Amino acid sequence: MDLQTLSFLVVGATFVLYIGIAIWARAGSTSEFYVAGKGVNPILNGMATAADWMSAASFISMAGLIAFLGFTGGAYLMGWTGGYVLMALLLAPYLRKFGKFTVPEFIGDRFYSKTARIVAVISLLVISITYVIGQMRGVGIAFSNILEMDLAIGLLSGMVVVFIYAVFGGMKGITYTQIAQYVIMIFAYTVPAVFISLTLTGHAFPQIGLGSTLIGEDTQLLQALDQTLMDLGFAAYTSITGMSLLNMFLLTLALMIGTAGLPHVIIRFFTVPRVRDARKSAGFALLFIGILYTTAPAVGAMAMYNFINTVQPGPVGDPQGNVLIEERPDWMLRWERTGLLAFEDKNEDGRLQYYNDQNEEFAEMAREEWGWEGNEFTTIDRDIMVLANPQIANLPNWVIALVAAGGIAAALSTAAGLLLAISSSISHDLMKGVITPGISERAELLSGRIAMAAAILLAGYLGLNPPGFAAEVVALAFGLAAASLFPVLMMGIFLKKMNREGAIAGMLVGLGSTLLYIFLFKGWFFLPGTNMFPDTAEYWLLGINPTGFGVVGAILNFIVAFLVMKITKEPPEHIQHLVEDVRVPRVGTS
Amino acid sequence: MTLEESRAAYWKANLRLLAVLLTIWFVVSFGLGILLAQPLNTFSIGGYPLGFWFAQQGSIYTFIVLIFFYAWRMNALDRKFDVHEE
Repeated sequence: MDLQTLSFLVVGATFVLYIGIAIWARAGSTSEFYVAGKGVNPILNGMATAADWMSAASFISMAGLIAFLGFTGGAYLMGWTGGYVLMALLLAPYLRKFGKFTVPEFIGDRFYSKTARIVAVISLLVISITYVIGQMRGVGIAFSNILEMDLAIGLLSGMVVVFIYAVFGGMKGITYTQIAQYVIMIFAYTVPAVFISLTLTGHAFPQIGLGSTLIGEDTQLLQALDQTLMDLGFAAYTSITGMSLLNMFLLTLALMIGTAGLPHVIIRFFTVPRVRDARKSAGFALLFIGILYTTAPAVGAMAMYNFINTVQPGPVGDPQGNVLIEERPDWMLRWERTGLLAFEDKNEDGRLQYYNDQNEEFAEMAREEWGWEGNEFTTIDRDIMVLANPQIANLPNWVIALVAAGGIAAALSTAAGLLLAISSSISHDLMKGVITPGISERAELLSGRIAMAAAILLAGYLGLNPPGFAAEVVALAFGLAAASLFPVLMMGIFLKKMNREGAIAGMLVGLGSTLLYIFLFKGWFFLPGTNMFPDTAEYWLLGINPTGFGVVGAILNFIVAFLVMKITKEPPEHIQHLVEDVRVPRVGTS
Repeated sequence: MTLEESRAAYWKANLRLLAVLLTIWFVVSFGLGILLAQPLNTFSIGGYPLGFWFAQQGSIYTFIVLIFFYAWRMNALDRKFDVHEE
């Protein structure tokens, strides 16, 4: 069977599965629609949370990002997992005890203020809508680049499937599809990784393979990779390169705090029956996430090693050392068709050279000694480090089809979680909470479904016509979550005396300062050419990259909230009791 | 112990646990995985330079253990202070 037909069958089968789950798990009440009736098993919720969290970026892009960054790529690995420690220890159990439906609802009740609730809704909408654009793009990449099918058809079929299970099933439908999507995703990610690890090192576990010797040689894989990269003028893979230690530190911290403050992940912990289940579920979520996140660095390093050895099979500098263009492997041909890979034979020797031509000393030497006229790979999209893996490892076609299904599962599961966060903040926080408080449960459920349908249409439109700034905005989403929602949630639990005035001032300052800093360097509302300063290290305040500024925004949020709290009235008695109740799983009797 | 004292003691025990766990969280990721990674790279664990291992493997394993340890200790605290759920 050819790849196209096989892929169509595999992806089609997963879609049928999702629709089957949707029919089985329909939501009949607002509680089922918002929080799956609070009846989800904590281990299954861990799986659903892992799928909810791991997006198209984690599945398709992260390993490639690490492959080109080397050691400093650890910022993404630690940042996107370490945030769960903060969420599990500082937020999830308490918010579960509070026992309501949405994140803005907690902020509104805790700070006895509709204004606080509305500010929280605005933060949530900015964060979630920007995020969902990236997911829709991920569905598009899976269809057009892996399956070589039309992007629009792929995107539309993805939307129809999400529509069926998210509009009818709400959180209940989303939860059970996310569990299925996790299984598909993790299988699709680990199978090629295991095979590549076996081929290179003989170890089935990529986590062990990455720290092992190469088959038939005495050299460690990482040593060999360090050496190969240095021979080509690059920095060693395991050395600090690509960003300063300060920015690695800040980026890691911003991603951690941002992760902990993402509403679509927090609400997953509202679906388990008890506080103790929320704690346990967070552990399982990170365990399930960790399986992919500890595999990714191995995938990145091994794909990089394979890529360089394909281009440079012989010694560096030997006229016969580089691959002949005519003899390049099939997988290169395939990715050239998609435009993710492109080359130009600059020195017209009929062979391909990949090296660091930005390293002037090395480039000069290579020109004089070997006649190299520049790096001949004009495009290497980092996504191919994952997408091309099955072919580089000579795996059968069904594995390629599986990777496509996995990428689509990763994108759809995250999109559905985000869409629920968006629709519940509209129907529950804005409609029921502020605009039409007298609304009946049936009408609220209906408005939730309508908001969900509208959000899907908006996401689909933005996926088909992605704004040019989509990639920039994802960094903004983390910065905003870190600077606005996380501090106010944490203070709501840990500072009993934190009041309405402090919380609102803190959120606005955190949100405003982060937005301002990003706009100064990236352009007002990301319009090209409107930035006040060039986006380079010498102009950054204290050398802080805009993607890491969320940390500063969060600190400002804490400080301002604290100062304002000191000079304004303390919260009413019943609010202080509410905080005391949130802090214990059950009111004690002794 | 009155109910109020008992609650205060429970909360204090919780904060102490958080302080210990968050210190480990910080030291392993930001300390060993970033700030001290370069000197640590002169040592190795298997074929991994040690600092690199902490940044790309070890810190993630540590995070997982931290959360499960927290869940286990908190459940014990809930029982001790009689605030556990049915």
